[in-house]
Amino acid sequence: MKITGAEIFVESLKKEGVKHIFGYPGGVVLGIFDFLYDNKDVQLILTRHEQGAVHAADGYARSTGKPGVVLVTSGPGATNTVTGIATASMDSIPIVVFSGQVPTLLIGNDAFQEADIVGISRPCTKYNFLVKNVEDLSRIVREAFYIATSGRPGPVLIDLPKDVTAGKAEFTWPEVNIRSYNPTYEGNKWMITQAANLIAKSKRAVIVAGGGVILSGGARELRELAEFTDIPVTMTLMGLGSFPGTHELSLSMPGMHGSYYANKAIQESDLLIAIGMRFDDRVTGKIDAFAPHAKIIHVDIDPTSIRKNVRVDIPIVGDVKRVLTVLNKVLKEDMKEQWAEVRNAWLRQIDAWKKERPLTYTYSNEIIKPQFVVEKIYELTKGDAIISTEVGQNQMWTAQFYKFDKPRTLLTSGGLGTMGYGFPAAIGAQLAHPNKLVIDIAGDGSIQMNIQELATAVINKLPVKVAILNNRYLGMVRQWQELFFSERYSHTKLDESVPDFVKIAEAYGAVGLRATKPNEVEPVLREAFRIKRTVFMDFVVDWKEKVFPMVPAGAPIDHMLFEEQKEKTEKKLKAVK
Amino acid sequence: MRHTISLLVENKFGVLSRIAGLFSGRGYNIESLSVGETIDPQISVMTIVTTGDDQIIEQINKQLNKLIDVIKVIDMTELDHVEREMVLIKVAPKQEDKAEVLRLAEIFRGRIVDSSQRTYTIEVTGDEKKIEAIVELLKPMGIKEFVRTGKIAIAREGVKKG
Repeated sequence: MKITGAEIFVESLKKEGVKHIFGYPGGVVLGIFDFLYDNKDVQLILTRHEQGAVHAADGYARSTGKPGVVLVTSGPGATNTVTGIATASMDSIPIVVFSGQVPTLLIGNDAFQEADIVGISRPCTKYNFLVKNVEDLSRIVREAFYIATSGRPGPVLIDLPKDVTAGKAEFTWPEVNIRSYNPTYEGNKWMITQAANLIAKSKRAVIVAGGGVILSGGARELRELAEFTDIPVTMTLMGLGSFPGTHELSLSMPGMHGSYYANKAIQESDLLIAIGMRFDDRVTGKIDAFAPHAKIIHVDIDPTSIRKNVRVDIPIVGDVKRVLTVLNKVLKEDMKEQWAEVRNAWLRQIDAWKKERPLTYTYSNEIIKPQFVVEKIYELTKGDAIISTEVGQNQMWTAQFYKFDKPRTLLTSGGLGTMGYGFPAAIGAQLAHPNKLVIDIAGDGSIQMNIQELATAVINKLPVKVAILNNRYLGMVRQWQELFFSERYSHTKLDESVPDFVKIAEAYGAVGLRATKPNEVEPVLREAFRIKRTVFMDFVVDWKEKVFPMVPAGAPIDHMLFEEQKEKTEKKLKAVK
Repeated sequence: MRHTISLLVENKFGVLSRIAGLFSGRGYNIESLSVGETIDPQISVMTIVTTGDDQIIEQINKQLNKLIDVIKVIDMTELDHVEREMVLIKVAPKQEDKAEVLRLAEIFRGRIVDSSQRTYTIEVTGDEKKIEAIVELLKPMGIKEFVRTGKIAIAREGVKKG
């Protein structure tokens, strides 16, 4: 029996096990929306902006490991998804975006609400499709899900011309067979043995774990490796949660706002084991001065990540989980080292660095320190929550002061650095985890970038909590202006333009709470976590607070600036400049 | 160093754009490009000439391999191979040079594919050096128009360099 393209679309989603899609209607997708109107299997969550829909699908994907799905209309609907797609692309998040398109005969005619979204999204998708015949639709949907979720995951876009979704065809579900796409999962055994040899020989090894560990589901194998060989682990922003932040071998985050001891460990190491990470400039600082004494083992599923910006001694292309499984086996069976003894001196050195300069800030009784809010959130949730962040100081303080013990508990835009990501991402995560506490740690600047999604949260009864660290500035940019631009705060002072977030929350039917004194922080958080509704918490924080430590852009990562020695910091800054 | 890279790709719309986008998006330069169908009409072969240090060439090869529509990447520079390109040169020589133009065409095993009262159009095939040599020699005779294909390359059978 022939069915319409709209029905094939929904059938295909059902085959893929999709329960929720995020979207926004419009002219050319009316047929699909009509079919979704009384469909019981696939529920559409209406966001208030297409960008919100993509971030929500992204948060859904990051928190579950399953692909997030988006459906939008052509033209502006499609172009509004671009930031969300680029966000997912940079962080290797599997999402499938369906965009409506004008009828095939009108493509290229500058028709109403036409945009060449396949062309526009080409550089920021893993792959994209324009469906030209309804007969191809189900095959393409299946291929899209396969491409999005296999190998190094990423976003895939499918452009659906109106006549294709209105056309009719038999429903088929052919096996995926793409001859030119064969991701490598198994690491080269010889290379893995070489890696094991290097690990056995090293005296000052350090593991740098990235988002790939989480994507591959390799957290357990990573922990096994670290514990068995007694090697400390530092987690990149995307890798937070891949290894317990509370573990004694944890070094917290490395890089620009990383811990002193993580950066020291990398710089002094004789072996750097990079796992599922890609040596982002925020991690490496000055590349020529990065880990100068270390041999480098690099495990990544994407061959282009290897030797892209650092020299590598042992490249291993493969899935992190599978590679680590083999590596652990080789280490356990073939290596006779007394690990604890070998590492003793190194671990004592690291301990000394930890004591010398822990991640810290100066508490105040008078004014709320933003770090204090993050610490309190951690204390009250005991780490049992899904945390999303926006981008800027809020993101870095969360990375520094919230200890992520489990994978998929931090949702943050690491690669693209998208302000406005956290709130819709939290909405997506909450939908997937109705009984979990989901908290967006935001800034007053970022939250205004997708604040319209309050409507989505409220109408769908999603009890997302938003903790706004309100310093009335675009704080991270202000921090750079203070340090590098002679305190000329060009266009970063939001001040009286910052709206009353309590009133905004209330206007949308959510709950608004405010804390202006340190002793109000805990009661406000407790109240917010108790209420089973969407809550905005407005924390009026010290605007002067900066994120430290800090490595100025382009400096080696052990050239760090610290809070407490103002004079010394200024001197160092001059030297760096 | 200059590399000649041969690609087997799916013969679909948008593939050329993906490959061109890969180069432009990462700031790599394409010096020459030629595309054509293979015996199997579902597959095209592309020959790209590009320049870069070892690290860049390694990235280009890996990035090309990563593209979903790319079936195979062969860096011809690492193999013993034959390269060819073709030019069509329209020359408008003075009366006294006409004989010389024809002689040059013959020396370079070119063919006259069109002639008018004032012009000859010569087709020449060869490697880059040969093409450049004939162009240099014909320049003084007055080249009116000049079209050059991208390079195509094929590996020699059974021999591997190094």
